[in-house]
Amino acid sequence: MQEKKEFREKNIKNKEKRTGLRLRGWIQALFFAFSNGYLAGYLNAKIYRGQLKQICVPGLNCYSCPGALASCPIGALQSLLDSKKFHFSCYIFGFFLVVGGILGRAVCGFLCPFGWIQDLCYRIPIWIPKRVPDTLRWKLERMNKRKHLPGHKVLIWLKYVILAVFVILLPMTVMTEFGAGVPWFCKLICPSGTLFGGIPLVLLDEALAANAGGYFLWKVTLLALLLSTSVFVYRPFCKYLCPLGAVYSGFYKISLFRLKLDESLCIHCGKCSKTCLMGVDPEHGKNRQECIACGDCQKSCPTKAISFWPKGKDTFSS
Amino acid sequence: MKHSIIRRTLIVCGIGLMVLGIYRGEAAMIWQKAVYVCLECIGIG
Ligand code: SF4
Ligand code: SF4
Repeated sequence: MQEKKEFREKNIKNKEKRTGLRLRGWIQALFFAFSNGYLAGYLNAKIYRGQLKQICVPGLNCYSCPGALASCPIGALQSLLDSKKFHFSCYIFGFFLVVGGILGRAVCGFLCPFGWIQDLCYRIPIWIPKRVPDTLRWKLERMNKRKHLPGHKVLIWLKYVILAVFVILLPMTVMTEFGAGVPWFCKLICPSGTLFGGIPLVLLDEALAANAGGYFLWKVTLLALLLSTSVFVYRPFCKYLCPLGAVYSGFYKISLFRLKLDESLCIHCGKCSKTCLMGVDPEHGKNRQECIACGDCQKSCPTKAISFWPKGKDTFSS
Repeated sequence: MKHSIIRRTLIVCGIGLMVLGIYRGEAAMIWQKAVYVCLECIGIG
């Protein structure tokens, strides 16, 4: 009984935390509005054609979205590799070095539109009817929100396979029968393209709607599956599938903004790892490549041993 | 200290590579592709 009471109290606190207005949420919303701010695109079912599209945004943001003002780095990389003109993209590789070196996966926590959408899905409270008996209700509440999918430790490596196969190898090697290159990640997987590009364009443009077939159906199904899973599991796409997250995760030891622990202040209470929804254990420095700099662990730390700022003391790196 | 040197070196190399990429016409090619609806990206092609 006591356990149930404690669990309920904790759940209420978590809900408050999830629904509270937080600075990070505002930054995510603002960056979303900024990178998808071409309103005329939504009104005329046309995409932006200005010079800004030579520049990439740091997050996963389809350049075929009617509102997109700049390009997606993963889409741009595939379009260069599948053009056969370039076997290596200096521009995008350099872009990754600069953005990864400065922000690392803080991009995921603050600047990626699809990351934000998943955050919002996870905030959706799960309604359990009042008539459900107490014992069952408790069990359902416990299943309610989970951090990971079963097999998490293995699944987190999938995003590196997707980066290597669908973003690099297939666009470089497999072409259509007419010799044109194909952006395979965009074609088969990218849920950001379906949500921000595909669905709005199909709704706005009759000719596109008439041509939507099997691939579109597959991508909408995948998107629906990912978004519905995001209501129960925190950021499944970021953890398991996103090639851009895989790229930025490589900078976890060196990026300017990164998870830092001052071991002289740490009292080893374990609160940080319990709080972390990405499965990082800041106390022991485990899985740091998954850290999206959301700051939840920092808030939970009673001794302020965790920091993200460039000047913060970092025992891992010293 | 070691990390900050690596970071600075990578960022400088990154800026250099981006400039080289622009010079090679990569940014222009991205623009050429990004100003037309990418049918594959939206799941139609
Ligand atoms: S992992 Fe990918 S989809 Fe998730 S926030 Fe990072 S870039 Fe965006
Ligand atoms: S809770 Fe801490 S360790 Fe986990 S993702 Fe957020 S900032 Fe990183």
